[in-house]
Amino acid sequence: MAILVNDSIRLLCQGMTGWAGAYHTNRMIQYGTNVVAGVTPRKGGTTCLERPVFENVAEAVAATGANASAVFVPPAHASSAMIEAIEAEIPLVVVVTERVPVLDMVRVREALKGSRTRLVGPNSQGVLSPGICQIGVMATDRAQQGTIGVVSRSASLTSEIVSQLTAAGLGQSTTVGIGGDAVHGIGFVECLKLFFSDPQTESVVLIGEIGGTEEQDTAEFLKSAGIQKPVVAFIAGRHAPPARRMGHAGTLTMRDKGNAESKIEALRSAGVRISPSAHLVGETMKNLLVESKLGHLEKLGMTNQH
Amino acid sequence: MNLHEFQAKRILSAYGIPCPAGEIAITADEAETAARQVGTDEIFVKAQILAGSRAIAGGVRAVQTPAAAKIAAKALLGKRLVTPQTGPSGQIVRRVLVESGIRFEQQLYLALAVDGASGSLALIGGPHIAGESDERGHLESPTLRTLFLDSKGPAKDEALEAFCGAIGVDQRHVTDCAGIVRNMYRAFVELDASLIEMNPLALTETGLVVLDAKMALDDNALFRHRDLAELRDRDEMDEIELDAQRHQINFVQMDGDIGIIANGAGLGLATVDMVCDAGGRPANFMDIRTTAKTLDIAHGVGLVLDNPKTKVLLVNVYGGGMQPCDTIIDALGVAARRKGRVLPIILRFTGNNENTARMRLANYNLPTTECKDMWQAVTAAVAVAGRNS
Repeated sequence: MAILVNDSIRLLCQGMTGWAGAYHTNRMIQYGTNVVAGVTPRKGGTTCLERPVFENVAEAVAATGANASAVFVPPAHASSAMIEAIEAEIPLVVVVTERVPVLDMVRVREALKGSRTRLVGPNSQGVLSPGICQIGVMATDRAQQGTIGVVSRSASLTSEIVSQLTAAGLGQSTTVGIGGDAVHGIGFVECLKLFFSDPQTESVVLIGEIGGTEEQDTAEFLKSAGIQKPVVAFIAGRHAPPARRMGHAGTLTMRDKGNAESKIEALRSAGVRISPSAHLVGETMKNLLVESKLGHLEKLGMTNQH
Repeated sequence: MNLHEFQAKRILSAYGIPCPAGEIAITADEAETAARQVGTDEIFVKAQILAGSRAIAGGVRAVQTPAAAKIAAKALLGKRLVTPQTGPSGQIVRRVLVESGIRFEQQLYLALAVDGASGSLALIGGPHIAGESDERGHLESPTLRTLFLDSKGPAKDEALEAFCGAIGVDQRHVTDCAGIVRNMYRAFVELDASLIEMNPLALTETGLVVLDAKMALDDNALFRHRDLAELRDRDEMDEIELDAQRHQINFVQMDGDIGIIANGAGLGLATVDMVCDAGGRPANFMDIRTTAKTLDIAHGVGLVLDNPKTKVLLVNVYGGGMQPCDTIIDALGVAARRKGRVLPIILRFTGNNENTARMRLANYNLPTTECKDMWQAVTAAVAVAGRNS
């Protein structure tokens, strides 16, 4: 099953004819993603990577039945590309572009209200359902199909943690990068809801970092909705100097709220198992799964009876 | 990009928001002349640094005469001002703002910021907040009120006036205050700001005046505001960090001895955490962006080698789609040749083109130790730094 992306995806790439767009679209095709079209203004009617290129998203959808878009458009035009995809009612839009102006994202969020689109990113590595479909730019070599859902604000750390999970014998259902920007599309809470209702996903890894309050909001959600599947979290930035932007625009800590400790405490109190270090996420998940299995057996009265 | 108080006030004035009469001075003599021009009974001499909490650190001085303004300016100019927000090394005061004193009846806090969670603009207001400011924390503070605004325009006049009344603005000033909000909103949207803060906004007999202002512009939008980009104060911005940014690298100087080379913000942050957990001290944070090419990365490695405190390089890389491992290994080789400084290098790299990278590494004849995982690499780097101290 997996979430967001599966084998029924028909992908179009906005900005496919650019250098990065062509390079990554080719990687996605190699991975087995069904790429049906490209969109680049003033290049309609040409072909790229043996796929037709259209003037705009609406034409591409009408001609190919595309149901997802990957956006590789440069920052100055990225928000218009997103709004175009939203207006064409594409169900899933994944934005890789970095450094999109924040007020442009406020306008995109307004366009999303009441729309039929789920937006992932910007500044996201994308969405991967291992062995089935890749939309994005992430490393795929260590990813393996399985039952762990991964949702993250950071691309490279996701690759690292995915490789730890695979090494621990734990494959992944879907990995989602929600992006490192302060204003972005779908967040931790929406991804957790999707993972909780996805039959393939048995547990979830959440990779957060300093800045913003999304981890705290997630903790609030888990407290009210209940932890329906085991969740492990890792929060990067415990030793970051305060009031500095650390790479991602969203990492600027606003003193007490944005720091790692308050995020860790909030998630812990909501029943999330915290991985003490970035290199221990695979192990933490493995232990948690063993414990919850034992707990389950105890409930059934199957332990303590030799 | 943060602006100085005087820059923010010039912008706000241009948008029709009243600020006190004032002049900028870079010498004590200029401050005296400026004070004479301002000509009020009470005059403020305010250090212009890019950090808040200046008053408690003695950076804001009230004087009564131009001669006293000169003395106050002399005491501030060229000195390092350490406030709770500057960090222990403080910031050098290169300018003072000489400003007329204002007699006021009431002080308020009024700010406009982008709220990540709701994806909208947040107008925040309430009683004046002394000392530190923190826009996100304020959203949750019980004494402050928030009104969410969209990008299409500020709310209707009645809504703005109701907001101003609710945050404690006296009835006589409610219409004026709503006007200030509208102008602040226009400045925010037209200039791609990420924060405009008036703290305090004073209510006087004759109207409203901004006593202190803080403004930040969105770095990602400066491409459409070339004129505003010129406002960046090179003295205040760490020259090294700016240089790194031009090479697609996010870099933050820290005060330890382990130079960190990592790709991606999350992996960079996690590496800093692991080094600290293992008892080491990072010399820097580094996030090599996916758009960086070999020579960009070599430049970034060069910045780490230029830091005399660095004793060991710790490379923690996950080769992704756009930036395979060999790109980063080549950069290490180029940087070592350019700088001619040889430091022990603890390496951990995996992912795309890992094996090619290993073959490339052999060409450079560098003193490297490769570790099989992150933690092993971190502990090895901490051990090397400890040995060489």
